[in-house]
Amino acid sequence: MATAAGGFVANLGSPGLLHLLSFFALLAGLCRGNSVERKIYIPLNKTAPCVRLLNATHQIGCHSSISGDTGVIHVVEKEEDLQWVLTDGPNPPYVVLLEGTLFTRKVMEKLKGSTSRIAGLAVSLAKPSPPSGFSPSVQCPNDGFGIYSNSYGPEFAHCGEIQWNYLGNGLAYEDFSFPIFLLEDENETNVIKQCYRDHNLNQNGSAPAFPLCAMQLFSHMHAVISTVTCMRRSSIQSTFSINPEIVCDPLSDYNVWSMLKPINASGTIEPDDRVVVAATQLDSRSFFWNVAPGAESAVASFVTQLAAAEALHKAPDVTTLPHNVMFVFFQGETFDYIGSSRMVYDMEKGKFPIRLENIDSFVELKQVALRNSLELWMHTDPMSQKNESVQNQVEHLLTTLQKSGTGVPAVVLRRLNQSQPLPPSSLQRFLRARNISGVVLADHPTVFHNRYYQSIYDTAENINVSYPEWQSPEEDLNFVTDTAKALADVATVLGRALYQLAGGTKFSDNIQADPQTVTRLLYGFLVRANNSWFQSFLRQDLRSILGDGPLQHYIAVSSPTNTTYIVQCALANLTGEVTDLTREQCQDPSKVPNENKDLYEYTWVQGPMNSNQTDRLPRCVRSTARLARALSPAFELGQWGSTEYSTWTESRWKDISARIFLIASKELEFVTLTVGFGVLVFSLIITYCINAKADVLFIAPREPGAVSF
Amino acid sequence: MTAAVFFGCAFVAFGPALALYIFTIAAEPLRIIFLIVGAFFWLLSLLLSSLVWFMAGSITDSKDGPVQKHLLIFGVLVSVLIQEMFRFAYYRLLKKANEGLKVINPDETAPSMRLLAYVSGLGFGIMSGVFSFVNTLSNSLGPGTVGIHGDSPQFFLNSAFMTLVIMLLHMFWGIVFFDGCEKKKWYVLLVVLLTHLLVSALTFISPHYGINLVSAYMIMVFMGIWAFFVAGGSYRNLKLCLLCQDEDFLLFNQRSR
Repeated sequence: MATAAGGFVANLGSPGLLHLLSFFALLAGLCRGNSVERKIYIPLNKTAPCVRLLNATHQIGCHSSISGDTGVIHVVEKEEDLQWVLTDGPNPPYVVLLEGTLFTRKVMEKLKGSTSRIAGLAVSLAKPSPPSGFSPSVQCPNDGFGIYSNSYGPEFAHCGEIQWNYLGNGLAYEDFSFPIFLLEDENETNVIKQCYRDHNLNQNGSAPAFPLCAMQLFSHMHAVISTVTCMRRSSIQSTFSINPEIVCDPLSDYNVWSMLKPINASGTIEPDDRVVVAATQLDSRSFFWNVAPGAESAVASFVTQLAAAEALHKAPDVTTLPHNVMFVFFQGETFDYIGSSRMVYDMEKGKFPIRLENIDSFVELKQVALRNSLELWMHTDPMSQKNESVQNQVEHLLTTLQKSGTGVPAVVLRRLNQSQPLPPSSLQRFLRARNISGVVLADHPTVFHNRYYQSIYDTAENINVSYPEWQSPEEDLNFVTDTAKALADVATVLGRALYQLAGGTKFSDNIQADPQTVTRLLYGFLVRANNSWFQSFLRQDLRSILGDGPLQHYIAVSSPTNTTYIVQCALANLTGEVTDLTREQCQDPSKVPNENKDLYEYTWVQGPMNSNQTDRLPRCVRSTARLARALSPAFELGQWGSTEYSTWTESRWKDISARIFLIASKELEFVTLTVGFGVLVFSLIITYCINAKADVLFIAPREPGAVSF
Repeated sequence: MTAAVFFGCAFVAFGPALALYIFTIAAEPLRIIFLIVGAFFWLLSLLLSSLVWFMAGSITDSKDGPVQKHLLIFGVLVSVLIQEMFRFAYYRLLKKANEGLKVINPDETAPSMRLLAYVSGLGFGIMSGVFSFVNTLSNSLGPGTVGIHGDSPQFFLNSAFMTLVIMLLHMFWGIVFFDGCEKKKWYVLLVVLLTHLLVSALTFISPHYGINLVSAYMIMVFMGIWAFFVAGGSYRNLKLCLLCQDEDFLLFNQRSR
């Protein structure tokens, strides 16, 4: 009969899953997702959670209870709808489905104020992006870890002069006691809204009838309080336990760097060698975990620097330049300068081939894609320029930049008031260690032009990268957008400036960044990572990291991240040369004469398609593009409460998921329980009576000796 | 609060079996052993059916709706046949064991075949009930309830009552079946097999809980009355019992224990 009962269950859910089959699945140890569960729950697959991050003193982000937080769904499309959730609704707690445009500080503060009625929050993506701007970051990013402090330039400390990210509402640095999820897929949002309309919508303001549509959000975080606490717990565990339960991991990854002229990476360069540093940042973030498109805040600037590196490497006399040029892409700058502080630390400790003393000048690219007019602004530090020799060097630097800008009519380099402080930038970490001459290039004279700094809306649209609709992906890849042209101009200026700063004079005007390179890079990083060009310069084993969407630039804890790999490969491809080594030689070039593993990095890449588009032509690329660890020195030193270095860690978690379902009324549950008790008591009484009178009821005529019941 | 649904459904499905176990089985060790062996035989039948099901599934290797539906009907048919085969096998085993018991221990009276029929039937019923209902029961813990795809919200309660009827049916089938074997009335076996098939087939119209449950309970009542007479009951006995015309209840009770 069991089969029939199985059929009874299975036939309701999905035809074809008999309970015999589920028994077999049970035998195989795969007792999950049975047909009954599929009748009850709709899992939400395309979501991004907000997770808990910790620093030396605080925890930020969101978390749920260990068994997930459940609440009745209420869709909030305008601010008045909040009234129901916060005071009127009779069935708390609620999970609020919030329109993206309402995800503001004002609304969030209201929700935070009544946590007993709020079980969680699901935020839908606003389309188009909120016109008034949205930045969950703080108004003064990386405050306290730059150069200005109460003892050094107190008037500039805590962004005293300029609140750089004036639109920042600081939500991404708040601690929420309920889970918050981003709904990335519009179809799923519509499924939830349909469920809400079918079950939860109340006519004429009365309470809706059960069953109600509800949502459960799981994002339980293991770490609490601060990095100091969670790292101590983890380290105690790993000291005593064979199977330690780590509760948090430091945010860490790798910086990407390369040299114009190859140097011995395992040694150090001569003290009197001079190096010009060109720096930019690789990472961004948003309120939600691993959603960090960072188009303006990261991609545009590192793409520009990649194009400048390519242009500079093409100059005919690079090997004879008096100074060397170093291109560096810092990772984790969003989180209190993880990458640059580590590089400065390594340079000070002699763990990096280049010392701080070798740095001749420092040119940093910050946000450059949103130039309102032709101007590109040169930010300098007023404090270090109090020293006269540094001031002269900075003056030379600015003059060189302006001179190299004259050949490019589309870019006008402009100086700022000398008493204006530096915006948040990696240069600040270098200035903390040594008075060097440096400049930060940006599209904004004072506050950021970027209205979506470190938010989910900092996408291709934010920097006006768009393509005609009728084009195929391959045509899109090679379509030169206006943004690409503008960035190529900036790259040209940067390339020429670096050439002149390195002491070159003859071929300055020949250096020209390729808009084609810029547009392909922008397309790959912002629109579709899985394209033919990216595939051609990636290593074979990295082929699968390319997705059909844009890349995310969150630093994360498992390293290197996709962005780091791709930037390294792109840099190798753009600046290196193809050699005729075989695969084995490429993996171990030390046996090949004239090749040197200390000077160069050898990469075996997939290569482009052959002429009839069937096979790839793999090849060995020789370049100077390398990785350098970007783990905050605070963890190297074990100073988890450091105020000098970044202390950001990410909590661990087991399960992050979201699902919707119906919940039954208390009455129905009570009825079920009563019926159950009734059946139990009734059967107990009946059985007792029948058993007691069994001798009378059941007479066994032919078996007088047998015991009957 | 969904624990209420869990306990409600568990009591509905397993309450009567629990009552029967407490009052009629638990007192005698031998009965417990026969109950568990009965449950084990049902498990063996399930093992065999699932092997057949697995082979059928891998042979057809199709994800089509109609093919799956036919496969399901075929699986139910085969499973019912196998279950009844194992019931017969268990009968033969008990027959042999009973004789063996008499030889080993001639002083004590061996349990009657009618008692063994009831115990083994209950064993079959409990095991099949557990297997068909535990998955559903674990999902009843919540937090969600059935209905987001438009199904009946009474799903859990219906499943519980269906499990209950199946369990009781197994018990009655056991009594009637063993009696048929004892008296060599082979048509009884056929009737048991056919009613088993009928109840199984009824579950295919499962979205219509009303028809499904009512007809299953009607068959159960029919089988119950039959089993009552087979077990030695009669109108006279029932009347005596209900009107308390038997010997003094308490005295009788003390004497029998």
